[in-house]
Amino acid sequence: MSRIAKRFAQLKADKRAGLVTYITAGDPDTDISYQILKGLPAAGADLIELGMPFTDPMADGPSIQLAGQRALKAGISVDKTLDMVKRFRKETGDNDTPILLMGYYNLIYQRGAEKFCKDAAAAGVDGFILVDLPPEEADELKPFAVTAGLDTVLLTAPTTDDKRLPAVLKYSSGFVYFVSVLGITGTSSASEEAVRTHVERIRRHTKLPVGVGFGIRTPDQAAAVARHADAAVVGSAIVERVKAGLDDQGKPKPDLVPGVFAYIRALADGVRGVRKA
Amino acid sequence: MANSPNSFRTGPDERGHFGIFGGRYVAETLMPLILELEQAYNAAKADPAFQDELDYLLEHYAGRPSPLYYAKRLTEHLGGAKVYLKRDELNHTGSHKINNVLGQVLMAKRMGKTRVIAETGAGQHGVATATACALFDIPCVVFMGSVDVERQAPNVFRMKMLGAEVRPVTAGSSTLKDAMNEALRDWVATCENTFYCIGTVAGPHPYPAMVRDFQCVIGNEVRVQMMKAEGRLPDTLVACIGGGSNAMGLFHPFLDDKGVRIVGVEAAGHGIESGEHAASLTGGRPGVLHGNRTYLLQDKEGQITEAHSISAGLDYPGIGPEHSWLKEMGRVEYVSATDDEALEAFQLLCKLEGIIPALESSHALAHVMQLAPKLPKDNLLVMNLSGRGDKDVPQVAARMGMKIAS
Repeated sequence: MSRIAKRFAQLKADKRAGLVTYITAGDPDTDISYQILKGLPAAGADLIELGMPFTDPMADGPSIQLAGQRALKAGISVDKTLDMVKRFRKETGDNDTPILLMGYYNLIYQRGAEKFCKDAAAAGVDGFILVDLPPEEADELKPFAVTAGLDTVLLTAPTTDDKRLPAVLKYSSGFVYFVSVLGITGTSSASEEAVRTHVERIRRHTKLPVGVGFGIRTPDQAAAVARHADAAVVGSAIVERVKAGLDDQGKPKPDLVPGVFAYIRALADGVRGVRKA
Repeated sequence: MANSPNSFRTGPDERGHFGIFGGRYVAETLMPLILELEQAYNAAKADPAFQDELDYLLEHYAGRPSPLYYAKRLTEHLGGAKVYLKRDELNHTGSHKINNVLGQVLMAKRMGKTRVIAETGAGQHGVATATACALFDIPCVVFMGSVDVERQAPNVFRMKMLGAEVRPVTAGSSTLKDAMNEALRDWVATCENTFYCIGTVAGPHPYPAMVRDFQCVIGNEVRVQMMKAEGRLPDTLVACIGGGSNAMGLFHPFLDDKGVRIVGVEAAGHGIESGEHAASLTGGRPGVLHGNRTYLLQDKEGQITEAHSISAGLDYPGIGPEHSWLKEMGRVEYVSATDDEALEAFQLLCKLEGIIPALESSHALAHVMQLAPKLPKDNLLVMNLSGRGDKDVPQVAARMGMKIAS
């Protein structure tokens, strides 16, 4: 069983939903980014998405765009991102919290899909969430991911109808990521009713856990998602806390890391406050 | 050269691939929309009423066919090949862009979309889209890099007069690629009512094929016109390439005519060796961006690097995927011309022929100036004069150290 499958099985046993936290690798620099990564599980993250910055993040809103620019300017690379994961596994001894790499396919394609999967698995990565690799193109990555033991979490959207869902699910493992709004990251939020309807629809097609993301900013919103889905995914709002911890010159203030953790703790409390059947 | 296929004109395959290039690398939210567009386009292609309406607009609204003009003084000056100019700069709105836009806006109407968005570099595609949207009374938003808003000010004003909203984009390098990112971001949020009118033979399938089909009117006309003028097909075709739509429109109808030599000219900016250029085929390698796999300017890891060209329309780090395939198949030669060479060509055409070419098309002319003298006098060379240069006058004046009184 993969780390992701184990984690969701544990969440189910604990009768609660999970909190998936996104941070951009290398934001605002590799060192602070690693400090955040290291402390995420203690702050209440059940799964971790580590964003790989890309110059042209077509599906991301301003918050994650700017985070990627800060990280690239500070010198983040794919190697350094994988090193962060390697260090996390070694220094924390945490062998249970799943880490997924999130980003755009070109970085994987340039290293070579097979080599990328091998390197990522060796570093302690558990899977991928790739914004621009829909099922139509996923077969160029999937076999290598399977061989390396990595999950591929594909995105589903409100526009993914019942006819199309099986095609998406065919390439999905670990969990299904439902993008709850039409749009880019960090903009609008879906209503609880819309989340409920879509999650129920997806569950009719699969036994995989369903994570819901896009537009979740408050503990209440996270709790609302937790009532229906197996996990709530928060990204832009966390990245905005990183930005809030920078001074006018873009230098980190002492309260940056504690500020991020306090915010995640509040989200986790929201999610954990919901008891599931 | 790879093994030649029986025909170079049958692509893409059913998944939108030209060899390894092309495809549909987009967010899941957009996938159903792209599949819907593909279906709608296939239905339109099979519907004679669609082609009739497009033909009518191309003739009576855009002013097609554009002339194939024998440039006598230019030919004598260069002293080699007989140079013909395909006068697509005489189209309504001043470039080849209108050919594609009329087709796509008819598609938008057919699909019941109530809003059109577009990206633009030089502003020619933006102006053409704003024009067609005015004609069909559809709200239009054009995304344009803030650097381009600055250097193509006349076109920004034209778009506004035509009723379009121009949204300057300040992300990244603030040029064409960033405008395309922003258009895609808008589209993800508005896809239910919005049609994305892409300006070149790039983006996810079916755009590269659809835009190519709409632009093929250029090459199809040249075949007929050259037969009438010279009784045979041309020997050499030359066109400039940013994304590559005017070039694909001229080239595609001739790809299976083995005797026709075909040359695409990329923008070499300050020179390929300077690293400041927009020549993705010459200086890039295959990668995935904006929905397709194609040659891209990028660093070792796959981060996209900034393109540079004096011409806003060529200032793009990628190229249409079918061009990437044609390069790998060896069917089309791809070369480049620098900013300075394009500026020299710009001035030459003004003086010799009384035609002010767009800076984009001036890159094609710069290569014709090198190539034509080496060819025999009976070599029939067609250069696509894809746009007129009125929009570039302020920028060229500044480069020449002259001031235009305002």
